[in-house]
Amino acid sequence: MPDTGTITSGGIGDAVQRKEDFRFLTGRGTYTDDINRMGQTYAVFVRSPHAHAKIRSVDTSAASQASGVVSILTGADMVADEVGSLICGWNVVDRHGEGHKAPPHPPLAHDTVKHVGDQVAVVIAETLSEAQAAAELVEVDYEVLAANVDTGSALSGPEIHPEAPSNLCYDWILGEEADVDKALANSAHVTELDIINNRLVPNPMEPRAAIGEYDMATGEYTCFSTSQNPHVLRLILCAFVLGIPETKLKVIAPDVGGGFGSKIFCYAEETTCVWASKKIGRPVKWTSTRSEAFLTDAHGRDHVSHVKLGLDANGKFTALKVETIANMGAYLSTFASSVPTYLYATLLAGQYTTPVIFCNTKAVFTNTVAVDAYRGAGRPEATFVVERIVETAARELGVDPAELRRKNFIQPDQFPYDTPVALTYDTGNYEASLDKAMGMIDYAGFPARRAKSEANGKKRGLGISAYIEACGIAPSAVVGSLGAGVGLWESAQVRFNATGSVSVFTGSHSHGQGHETAFAQLAATKLGIPFENVEVVHGDTSKVPMGMGTYGSRSLAVGGSAIDRACDKIIEKGKKVAAHLLEAAVEDIEFADGNFTVAGTDKSKAMEEIVFAAYVPHDYPEGVEPGMDETAFYDPGNFTYPAGTHIAEVEIDEATGVTEIVDWVAVDDFGNVINPMIVEGQVHGGIAQGVGQALLEGTVYDKDSGQLVTGSYMDYCMPRADDLPSFRVDMTTTACTHNPLGVKGCGEAGAIAAPAALINAITDATGAVTVEMPATPERVWRALQENN
Amino acid sequence: MPSISLTLNGRSVSGEVETKTLLVDYIRENQKLTGTHVGCDTSQCGSCVVHVDGKSVKSCTMLAVQVDGSEVTTIEGLATGEELHPMQEAFRQNHGLQCGFCTPGMVMSAVDLVAGNPDISETEIREGLEGNICRCTGYHNIVKSVQAGAKAMGG
Amino acid sequence: MQNFDYHKPNSVDEAVANMQASDDGKFLAGGMTMLPTMKQGLAAPEDLIDLHGIDGIAGVAEGADAIEIGAMTSHSVVASSALIQSDLPALAALAESIGDRQVRARGTLGGSISNNDPAADYPAALVALGATVKTNTREIPAEDFFVEMFETALAEDEIVTSVSFPLVEKAAYAKFPNPASRYAMVGVFVAKNADGVRVAVTGAGPSVFRASAMESALDGDFSSSALDGVAVSADDLNSDIHASPEYRAHLVGVMAKRAVDACG
Ligand SMILES: Cc1cc2nc3c(=O)[nH]c(=O)nc-3n(C[C@H](O)[C@H](O)[C@H](O)COP(=O)(O)OP(=O)(O)OC[C@H]3O[C@@H](n4cnc5c(N)ncnc54)[C@H](O)[C@@H]3O)c2cc1C
Ligand code: FES
Ligand code: FES
Repeated sequence: MPDTGTITSGGIGDAVQRKEDFRFLTGRGTYTDDINRMGQTYAVFVRSPHAHAKIRSVDTSAASQASGVVSILTGADMVADEVGSLICGWNVVDRHGEGHKAPPHPPLAHDTVKHVGDQVAVVIAETLSEAQAAAELVEVDYEVLAANVDTGSALSGPEIHPEAPSNLCYDWILGEEADVDKALANSAHVTELDIINNRLVPNPMEPRAAIGEYDMATGEYTCFSTSQNPHVLRLILCAFVLGIPETKLKVIAPDVGGGFGSKIFCYAEETTCVWASKKIGRPVKWTSTRSEAFLTDAHGRDHVSHVKLGLDANGKFTALKVETIANMGAYLSTFASSVPTYLYATLLAGQYTTPVIFCNTKAVFTNTVAVDAYRGAGRPEATFVVERIVETAARELGVDPAELRRKNFIQPDQFPYDTPVALTYDTGNYEASLDKAMGMIDYAGFPARRAKSEANGKKRGLGISAYIEACGIAPSAVVGSLGAGVGLWESAQVRFNATGSVSVFTGSHSHGQGHETAFAQLAATKLGIPFENVEVVHGDTSKVPMGMGTYGSRSLAVGGSAIDRACDKIIEKGKKVAAHLLEAAVEDIEFADGNFTVAGTDKSKAMEEIVFAAYVPHDYPEGVEPGMDETAFYDPGNFTYPAGTHIAEVEIDEATGVTEIVDWVAVDDFGNVINPMIVEGQVHGGIAQGVGQALLEGTVYDKDSGQLVTGSYMDYCMPRADDLPSFRVDMTTTACTHNPLGVKGCGEAGAIAAPAALINAITDATGAVTVEMPATPERVWRALQENN
Repeated sequence: MPSISLTLNGRSVSGEVETKTLLVDYIRENQKLTGTHVGCDTSQCGSCVVHVDGKSVKSCTMLAVQVDGSEVTTIEGLATGEELHPMQEAFRQNHGLQCGFCTPGMVMSAVDLVAGNPDISETEIREGLEGNICRCTGYHNIVKSVQAGAKAMGG
Repeated sequence: MQNFDYHKPNSVDEAVANMQASDDGKFLAGGMTMLPTMKQGLAAPEDLIDLHGIDGIAGVAEGADAIEIGAMTSHSVVASSALIQSDLPALAALAESIGDRQVRARGTLGGSISNNDPAADYPAALVALGATVKTNTREIPAEDFFVEMFETALAEDEIVTSVSFPLVEKAAYAKFPNPASRYAMVGVFVAKNADGVRVAVTGAGPSVFRASAMESALDGDFSSSALDGVAVSADDLNSDIHASPEYRAHLVGVMAKRAVDACG
């Protein structure tokens, strides 16, 4: 860590302070809601109070008369304008070769509403409070239908879409069921477990917001939005929903206050703002309240699974069978279908050599808001399945859970390793992280600590989670063959200015990850120029050439690699210019530390001189274009596979069931690290969200009415500072073999690893086979009652 | 419409406000100081924390008319020119922020919390920040920042 | 939120007059409940009468065998008052356990009890200590003051001016917070004086109540072991996603013991 605020270095591997911090710390950030446009109007959505209902009529007459109302638009207006359905960009093909059911998802409902909070109309007024007041006056006549909100029983509940009989979106498989059944039948031991992965509300602290604006003079739209991937939003709005040429829509995602997945998707609200801005000829702004966010942001997780793990007489895993029902909510959100399939089942090998694996995922519709990717997306669910069943097997067999894991780890000499679930892990060393974590927590000393706790009337437990994730979803050709509707490359443009400063344009998007810093470190090191001279530009489709955004911890592995490639092109070109100026052959020019040198001599030119020559080409090589501005696209050859071990230690108050986390160690292998300070911060944040899932956060819809019971922070328990300990974080390193930086990605690891570590610790302490998440004091107390 | 006058970040301001105007809306909309944020509608997240007469309060749960005659400091008023307040500097050095959305409220709460307590303990900090939710950092580095900030402020 | 007429009277009489002149007026104290309620559209008063301008209804004063706390005294002032910390430390600790630092800076004793949220902390202290609520027109014993959930004995135009808390031999409050809202999921206030022991429970039921079986047990033997086997019935207790009635009943027992132990 640097001592002072003055940045002296800033290369790869330095914990430099972040460029973005000054503006955030002084209140000078610009988040979407901070932006106001000339002539701006305010939108308030009229939302369904019912989980499932037919819309008999929408009466806007009283509301239209209200003060300040500019326009009221309904689903019928959208139909008349031929506004398209919101789409799901990934077509999952089911076990019978049929595509998933993707029923229409109108941005404004016009026939039925399918979850509490579904949009029915939008009221646009001169001020926000006028819009709010008028929205109260819109009268919607509903015929209430039976609601179906429960994941486990959704298939037999009331039907939600005529296009999806029995509410089944798809019935998908990976692996050979017969082989797995046979292996299980031949196993010395089979462990079975019912596992629920609780539904979560992502809750970035900045609620979503959007401004739509239409310029009659140019025919251009602008959408300011709290988006994690502005280019994808532009693509969806243009190509599928609003039918605008991509050249006529500019999407700007300024500072974004956290996303965690929930701001990847194309939502009804920004769609409506963009569409309405042309209709009324004025900018239209919408900002979500937190209550609306609970009702309308895509939720995460929500799986009900039955899992079987077979072991032979030596404790080697023989087979894993996983049957999962995954809740999609009322509509298929932007990437929803891929989460419980390609991002989930493919990770079920974990860190182990399990030879055969079968997964069946049934995705179901319910009268709840859509479920889509949330920090980790599929991989936390997979890790939870694997690490819970492995732990349970160890306990059933009476063997040390760490040793059972060790026995089944893929060994360092087995890489590249083909798993039975379609992935090829390039590199890793799982035992190294396990050993380090066990050393840090003093695994051997646990029995003594437990005895001490018991003497104080406390139950103590220890839980291991040896997780793996796949980051930087790739390559495009593979994901395309699996149904993805987009390519998953990233682009970068590296532009020198004549005076030697550099602008890096990236299609990745930062909403807390510190790209402005890490990407600048990357370019500064590569180009041998001062960190301070690099500026990173992101989030504006009109400035950045192309991009796929930030999710799945892909920014550095994919976006960073694209920057690396663009820098390579700069250096190649620089060599030609240097060769000319130094009167040497291009092959003889070497580039290091910002200098072009003729090999074996002390003749050299600094990068600045070369750049200046490229922009003032008075003495310049023939056939070389002036300027120093290069663009590269990078399409990764594989996923990257961060992995590691987290160990949680808890103490439980027997009288109340309150769990206290007394220690947490995390040892992660993220490959090479650009900025350790940022990486550790990502790990902390991820663990906190994983702890939230395991201990605090649960989303409850009332089974009869379909109302969201946990609709505010009064009932949805967000992790606070005093719910969490400090974390002890360390690393091991195996560099990724297939990207130029050797990096893997770190944004989701904590959220993936943490829930299993905690539930393993709690079940260890209580003696219960399972404690459902969130492990509230009452649930833990009951587990203690039943097991003592 | 009532009219109010107050000292905002050391500057006298006055004008008419609607009675229903919340302090946070007055700050963001009327005064165009957008560093103070709104993260919830149940007075729980602390994104909106400002100082009124030296004490940290949730500006989403006060009326603008109630600060008539008061001294209000927002995050924009904490630094001296480009020189950060010791607490802001501590957040920067300890990576106490990621997306930055909770940060203004967190810093304003922290400054109030540690005043007169340079050796504040980790537990006191964690409990003292109960009213500020951060979704990004897991609080680990926030706690470190506040501890460092307390020391630097010297009580 | 809708506009309203804002009043900031200088005296209790003026505040009452403001209220009487209004068709639909509300008093505003710390606003920590009132303003969120208005923001949600659950209340839309025509007149809001801010009690902050009134002299003499805030502050802590020592009386004969009692501490008198003005209605407009904030939770943070109660928590940090040297007088309360020395003579009735349980009450200071209770105030410190309310909400968060910013809520404590604004929220008031009068507002909390007038609102009578079933999960609020103060009602347990008032009932267990046998406090007296003083209004502009009368004095009301705590047990008569809290009628039922969100209902008190107050008339529309009646203002709580102070609460008088008798000093007792021993007292302690044990709170089990709701993990999400941090209000009391169960809070038990135990107070012991010459007349006997009083145990008041908040959060668990529809309104604050006394646990009489516990009181009798403790009258005989003021120790946490005296509560072994003394259970409150789960029958009338609250049920929500955070806790079942059975668990709340169990917690009442645990918190009561902890409060007794904390009495020392
Ligand atoms: C985030 C948060 C967390 C909280 N946590 C807790 C907690 O843990 N425990 C807890 O007990 N409370 C908690 N509260 C509530 C807090 O204690 C409030 O201060 C209290 O409920 C209301 O007090 P107030 O002074 O803010 O009153 P207001 O909100 O201003 O008024 C509340 C009601 O009382 C009336 N009223 C106010 N003063 C008087 C008076 N003197 N005479 C007659 N009527 C009057 C008002 O008209 C109104 O109807 C929390 C609140 C928030 C926002
Ligand atoms: S905005 Fe959440 S507490 Fe004020
Ligand atoms: S830094 Fe993003 S919410 Fe705290």
